[in-house]
Amino acid sequence: MSVFIDFTYLLASVLFIFGIKGLTHPRTAVRGNLLGATGMLLAVVATLADRQVFGSGLQGLGLILAGVLLGTTIGATLALKIQMTAMPQMVALLNAFGGGASALIAGAVLADTADPGTQTVVATVVSGIIGSVTFWGSLVAFDKLQGLMLPDNPVHFPAQQALNVILAVATVGLGAWIVADPSQLTSYGLLVVVGSVLGVLLTIPIGGADMPVAIALLNSYSGLAAASTGFVLNNDILIITGSLVGASGLILTRIMCKAMNRSLMNVLLGAIGPDSGPVQGADEVYAGRVKSTSPEEVAMLFDGARRVVIVPGYGMAVAQAQHQVRDLANLLESKGTEVEFAIHPVAGRMPGHMNVLLAEANVDYDKLRAMDDINPSFQQTDVTLIIGANDIVNPVARTDPSSPIAGMPILDVDKSRTVVVVKRSLSPGFAGIPNPLFAADNTVMLFADGKKAVLDLITAIKDG
Amino acid sequence: MDTFLPLLTIFMLAVFVGVEIITKVPPLLHTPLMSGSNAISGITIIGALLSVAAGGTLPTILGFLALVLATINVVGGFLVTHRMVAMFRKKDQGPS
Repeated sequence: MSVFIDFTYLLASVLFIFGIKGLTHPRTAVRGNLLGATGMLLAVVATLADRQVFGSGLQGLGLILAGVLLGTTIGATLALKIQMTAMPQMVALLNAFGGGASALIAGAVLADTADPGTQTVVATVVSGIIGSVTFWGSLVAFDKLQGLMLPDNPVHFPAQQALNVILAVATVGLGAWIVADPSQLTSYGLLVVVGSVLGVLLTIPIGGADMPVAIALLNSYSGLAAASTGFVLNNDILIITGSLVGASGLILTRIMCKAMNRSLMNVLLGAIGPDSGPVQGADEVYAGRVKSTSPEEVAMLFDGARRVVIVPGYGMAVAQAQHQVRDLANLLESKGTEVEFAIHPVAGRMPGHMNVLLAEANVDYDKLRAMDDINPSFQQTDVTLIIGANDIVNPVARTDPSSPIAGMPILDVDKSRTVVVVKRSLSPGFAGIPNPLFAADNTVMLFADGKKAVLDLITAIKDG
Repeated sequence: MDTFLPLLTIFMLAVFVGVEIITKVPPLLHTPLMSGSNAISGITIIGALLSVAAGGTLPTILGFLALVLATINVVGGFLVTHRMVAMFRKKDQGPS
């Protein structure tokens, strides 16, 4: 029986790997996800056939049924109800639950095992720390993204770093104590409490546009917690799966950091923000040079354009304008204009956020072009339309080495013939600096809410 | 400790496999990658099943809570990933 279970776990691991492999292309992604789900079903069924589970009697099986039903109801409701604009919150919650489950299982094993070996105890400690940090860190990220209690901006207080170091040392100390005396369950509880406080404190200094990094990193933690739980249970499939997810999160974290030209440390300490040193005054940059325009004028620009590139940013998600943007793109295409979308890696609040929103609005995925791919084509672009993006199109990143966004790769929109910026005001983006693009000779500003501006543009084009 | 080295070997090899595949996932699909990997990290559900069944009050309670959380991850993760990847299509394909 045990051989049968282990063999099924191996099969499930292979299905997980093929599942992720399916995600390397939109054509195979649906099948890949189904393969992953099939692997999970096999693994669960095999576990139910385990003597310990199957033989646990009516009470045990009843609890299992209740837990699975409850989790399925909550999970399915979340997954089916969530709006695509709220996907970063959803992923933050899933990260939290993954971390929480690992910490709880490690605790259960510790409570259940009379004389656990060193590997089990050490892995339990690691699961407890990573799991609780992930759980609370992800809940803080969720809260910030959802705009509940904590501000979206970084939260700083005196001696923050010192406190984090003390807490980190405390978790290691508690961990050592548990390894020395695994029978002390209270110390595991204490470890989880300290880990939880650490999780909260590590995430509150991260805000706004840095969220993609935080979410990717917490994603990685939730995988590592699962892998560590695999060491607790001596279970291959948890280790394989956990390390796949851990690797995935780390790779995404690295991509996000590179896209902001910042080190991971810099992001984690929340070093960027509105009060990060002197910046060139907004008046100096904008005075007398910003040209405001009307939807009718922009419609005329579009009329003579052969190629238009649309640059979406977080503002498009906030305004929920993706469907209107799609209508605008379709309208321009029907008039023979070439339309493409330029997606910056950190546009939005999580990796790939803009792609999902535009796919939801039925935009052909071939038109969603990544930064490196589309940048050389801006010189041949007649009109670039920017909707709710700021820092990712700020040319200061190329020119001013003292700027907080110095060296960050940006979309070279300023190279196109005309730039139209849809924005409610001249307020700065997350980096807190003015954007000379708005004052450039070839830029016009269309001051309005994203959705309304696009609707007005559609009307103006149809009337013109 | 006799199980540790084989398990560590599996861990290291799986990390390499993960890095190889995941670097090939295009930015287009990074959000589904995150929710999909969340779903498979819900594999902790099997640890939760074993804990619930272990007997003893505390392990059962902890295991039950873990079971609920892991099930949310599995069901919610795969479903929401399906919703997303099903939206990625080319115009000529029509709704899938």
